[in-house]
Amino acid sequence: MERKNNLMTWVDERLPVSSFIKNHLTQYYAPKNFNFLYFFGALAIVLFALQILTGIFLTMHYKPDALHAFASVEYIMRDVSFGWVIRYMHSTGASLFFVVIYMHMFRAIIYGSYKKPRELLWIFGVLIFLLLMAEAFFGYLLPWGQMSYWGAQVIVNLFATVPFIGPDLAEWVRGDYLVSDATLNRFFAFHVIALPLALAGLIFLHLAALHSVGSNNPDGIEIKLTKDKKTGIPLDGIPFHPYYTVKDLIGLTVFLIVFTTIIFFMPEVGGYFLEHNNFVPADPLVTPAHIAPVWYFTPFYSILRAVPPIFNSQFPGVAAMGAAVLILFIVPWLDKSKVKSIRYKGALYKKWLAAFVLSFLILGYLGTVPSNIWGQIPNFIPLLGGLDLATFVARVFTIVYFAFFVLMPFYSKKDKTKPVPKRVTS
Amino acid sequence: MSKKYNGFDKDRRKFLLTATAITGAVGISVAGIPFVTSMKPSEKAKAAGASVAVDTSKIEKGSLLTTEWRGQPVWILNRTEDMVKGLSKMETNLADPQLKVTSQQPKYCQNPTRSIKSDLLVVVGICTHLGCSPTAKLQPKGDMGDNWTGGFFCPCHGSKFDLAGRVYKGSPAPTNLVVPPHKYIDEKTILIGEDQKDEA
Amino acid sequence: MKKNSLILAILLFPFFIWNNSYAADGSFHLDNAKIDLDDQQSLQRGARNFINYCLNCHSANYMRYNRLQDIGLSEDEIKKNLLFTADKSGELMNISMDTVEAKKWFGANPPNLTVTARSRGKDWIYTYLRTFYIDDSRELGWNNLVYPNAAMPHVLWELQGTQVYKDNHLSLLKAGVLSEQEYDQFVLDTTNYMVFMAEPAKLVRHKIGYFVLGFLVILLILVINLKREFWKDIK
Repeated sequence: MERKNNLMTWVDERLPVSSFIKNHLTQYYAPKNFNFLYFFGALAIVLFALQILTGIFLTMHYKPDALHAFASVEYIMRDVSFGWVIRYMHSTGASLFFVVIYMHMFRAIIYGSYKKPRELLWIFGVLIFLLLMAEAFFGYLLPWGQMSYWGAQVIVNLFATVPFIGPDLAEWVRGDYLVSDATLNRFFAFHVIALPLALAGLIFLHLAALHSVGSNNPDGIEIKLTKDKKTGIPLDGIPFHPYYTVKDLIGLTVFLIVFTTIIFFMPEVGGYFLEHNNFVPADPLVTPAHIAPVWYFTPFYSILRAVPPIFNSQFPGVAAMGAAVLILFIVPWLDKSKVKSIRYKGALYKKWLAAFVLSFLILGYLGTVPSNIWGQIPNFIPLLGGLDLATFVARVFTIVYFAFFVLMPFYSKKDKTKPVPKRVTS
Repeated sequence: MSKKYNGFDKDRRKFLLTATAITGAVGISVAGIPFVTSMKPSEKAKAAGASVAVDTSKIEKGSLLTTEWRGQPVWILNRTEDMVKGLSKMETNLADPQLKVTSQQPKYCQNPTRSIKSDLLVVVGICTHLGCSPTAKLQPKGDMGDNWTGGFFCPCHGSKFDLAGRVYKGSPAPTNLVVPPHKYIDEKTILIGEDQKDEA
Repeated sequence: MKKNSLILAILLFPFFIWNNSYAADGSFHLDNAKIDLDDQQSLQRGARNFINYCLNCHSANYMRYNRLQDIGLSEDEIKKNLLFTADKSGELMNISMDTVEAKKWFGANPPNLTVTARSRGKDWIYTYLRTFYIDDSRELGWNNLVYPNAAMPHVLWELQGTQVYKDNHLSLLKAGVLSEQEYDQFVLDTTNYMVFMAEPAKLVRHKIGYFVLGFLVILLILVINLKREFWKDIK
């Protein structure tokens, strides 16, 4: 092995490869009590790589021209060897990316992974989430189906509601007076290179911020506070490699099983991953009976729809939808609890968390269906009579959603916490 | 049974690592197949490059028909008896009269007329020098000089080819014009792009 | 344990609200079309039906003629019997009618049918083609229960016969060349073909899927054992 050592030394004199491997893998200590929820960060990186790989191969055949886009996707599905596999990998990957990210964010919320000293890590994460939503939105226009077109139309029109600058802003985003070929081409540029580059940069920063402070864990205990006196290694820490590399292989394999099942047996997932109406080419003159965003946007779409026009402007709804995401940025400062993890929080916090999760799911469901799905509230009820029941429910849960955040400084302080042990459990 | 070393079973670890690594490597290689294959010519490209059928009955004796196959001009020359007879007298002027460079024609055209039927020449109209399309100079003499017996002249750098597409000595072009795969699907119809199954 | 069941509930939530709503989620009840993509005879009959009756006005120009080899037709059979709007089997199934003229005659452009089985669904197509009825108030004299006021006339009327719709009830006024059972089979074959045409990959993806899943299960067993072996070191 003499020759190998010389090669490694040669490289190390010019690029710190060995020390990188030491500091970030073999001698980077992660808490030993990671559970199932801790798979999703690694899976997110895998999905990012997968989307880029499949995206590159799709771009070899896709045509970002309003006249040819739809046909080029069918070309990929039929005429390109195994094009259909690559297409399904990309469409499934996009939806699964959001499943993974929502689970990842859920983990951070319940274990307090946003609390000091990880506030910046959390901020990078929310930024990644925002950019990911934009990336998905731009990508969805590309097949140029009815849902693509009208979904883009609706969202771009949201920009038009901004006071004073709205219409000009919307026109600038579109590059035209309506969603057209000009819009398609620039969304292609954003989707294929601009946002992936920005995402890659932010993901790097996210990981760098993580490694600077070390991972949190399900008990919310800072393992760096209890180190071995001789070696300086956290007593509850284990080297990331080989222990978590080998454990993440399991997570990866299970993920691949889910991924494969969807791609080869049910790629449309009942119309949620590939919407049925998107198999109709975009027609600016025919509005579909029911425009719904893709499932991962529906909670926020629900909030948008629930807020009524105020002073003849739709802007409040837009602002509420924006606020629903942006409020995530300040969570580290809203949570006044003395403890990090839900394991040591009291019943008050847990009730609010359950209410939040419930509202997210219900708002999500409501966003997939028309507002009149449950009929109207009977007319004899004062104030609410005649209102769509689903809209009323959406309004209630919108309030619950925001209350989780807005009231957090109060209930997190009042909450009866349990004493946190020095060493990790389980 | 298995060696215990440092508290763990080294052999079992090695086995599991190797087995997983090999399985993983196989998986990744197979997963790569769709990506690599997707870059091959698609059905659209194959359809555009499909074989071309040509009806030769309309080509007058001594004249040339140009058709297209895979983006290239293909000439079908209906040679007169004199034209065919004159081919054997060309040997001394040609760079490769014996068709030693066998890649320039299919096996069934490895003959003095470079064709399946002696009168009909099928040849790709692209000069083997740098890719210009030569001009047909089928008549003897004329502006090609008294020694010219008919053939093709490339205006770009002056390469000359005879009525069997064979390159003249001294031409910049190194090899004879390419004869594409082709076959007769009936007496009068040539299908350019597919090989004759049996060797005549 | 409580937290695990919460997570499980979250992950299973989609199944509680599974919603198979297709493009035209109209009020008319759709019959179930028993599609069988392994029945090559049915698919071939359907291909013949589609090319003979539909390609006159509709295009299907994401579909190549030579793709019909996937359902057991040879290139010769395709060339001899089915190349209605093309010279070569590698070509796309284009419309034989001019699209501008089509819009003039029918009031609406007959849509491209290649992926209609994915946008409207098999049940919609199957029911639509069987619920045309005579309606003198319509320009071309036909109406449809699944797609009210459709611009399309009942192209297959000679096969099915003519139906009338009275008192919420469809009944056969004049019989066609085919019996009700034969016509239903005709439409089922055509629907079957359209499902294939909408996604030819469907014929192969299940098989490939089983192989990949099998491989992944083996990998999973290896990887779980690998993890457990290494984690013996911990605590």
